[in-house]
Amino acid sequence: MTPVIELIICAFLLLGGIFVLLGSFGLLRLPDFYTRLHTPTKATTLGLAGLLIGSMIYFFVAEQRLVVHELLITLFLLITAPVSAHMLAKAALHHKVRALKRTQGQNLFTAARKRQPPPADN
Amino acid sequence: MIRSWTRRWIPMPAQSLILFATWLLLNNTLAPGHILLGAFLALAIPLLVVPMQAPQPRVRSHLRAVRYTLMVLYDILVANFEVAMRVIGPMSKLQPAFVAVPLDIEGTLPITILASTISLTPGTVSAEVSEDRQWLYIHVLHLTDEAQLIAQIKSRYEAPLKEIFGC
Repeated sequence: MTPVIELIICAFLLLGGIFVLLGSFGLLRLPDFYTRLHTPTKATTLGLAGLLIGSMIYFFVAEQRLVVHELLITLFLLITAPVSAHMLAKAALHHKVRALKRTQGQNLFTAARKRQPPPADN
Repeated sequence: MIRSWTRRWIPMPAQSLILFATWLLLNNTLAPGHILLGAFLALAIPLLVVPMQAPQPRVRSHLRAVRYTLMVLYDILVANFEVAMRVIGPMSKLQPAFVAVPLDIEGTLPITILASTISLTPGTVSAEVSEDRQWLYIHVLHLTDEAQLIAQIKSRYEAPLKEIFGC
């Protein structure tokens, strides 16, 4: 393996690692449940993409074979991440988990919980 | 005659193909045993699930669907950087909000795809759909202009989906 390829793999792994770290960091730092939902769906998708691309290049170069598991992982991640985020948001909404005080549009909560259209003044 | 026979025993040809390919990719092999087993699963699973299927609008334009996928992937990339910046930045400046987005598209599949796209892209997560499927409730990490956000969702994601499904 040439140093250039090693460097490329390192760059991808590092980028992925940084984004996964940022995702966990956001989970720790953001103020309420709803805002915390945003980091695992997003920061981790790019983080994992970086790690997976790095892994693909490594196996392609080191073992001379095309490993497609990574593509499948990406596909499954893209399908499941929004669904789980949606279910978590929905569960929080129906369990009346309180949002941060300065959250705008809190008057929509009751309508959303009853699955009704928003109140007319909106 | 032949057509009705195929429809009876291979009700979802596209899904069968995807299942077959996924099975071989997961096992990372082309061994005859796995090809046989994969083919069996690809034929048997659709037969089991076909009664559960709800009628869905067909994809009208495959080219547009591919273009939409690429655009969403690009937006996910941008979304990641945006959310990363917000996570590092000061928490007191965050302006989270709940927003109701009016829906023009119909059908469970297009609405599901739109909701998933919203969850994957810039600082928004879909939370609930109204019973009449006219409104989508979303949570926004940092809201600057509600009308602009709604207009952007409608023009960037909803309009192409409408063209793809022709509804």
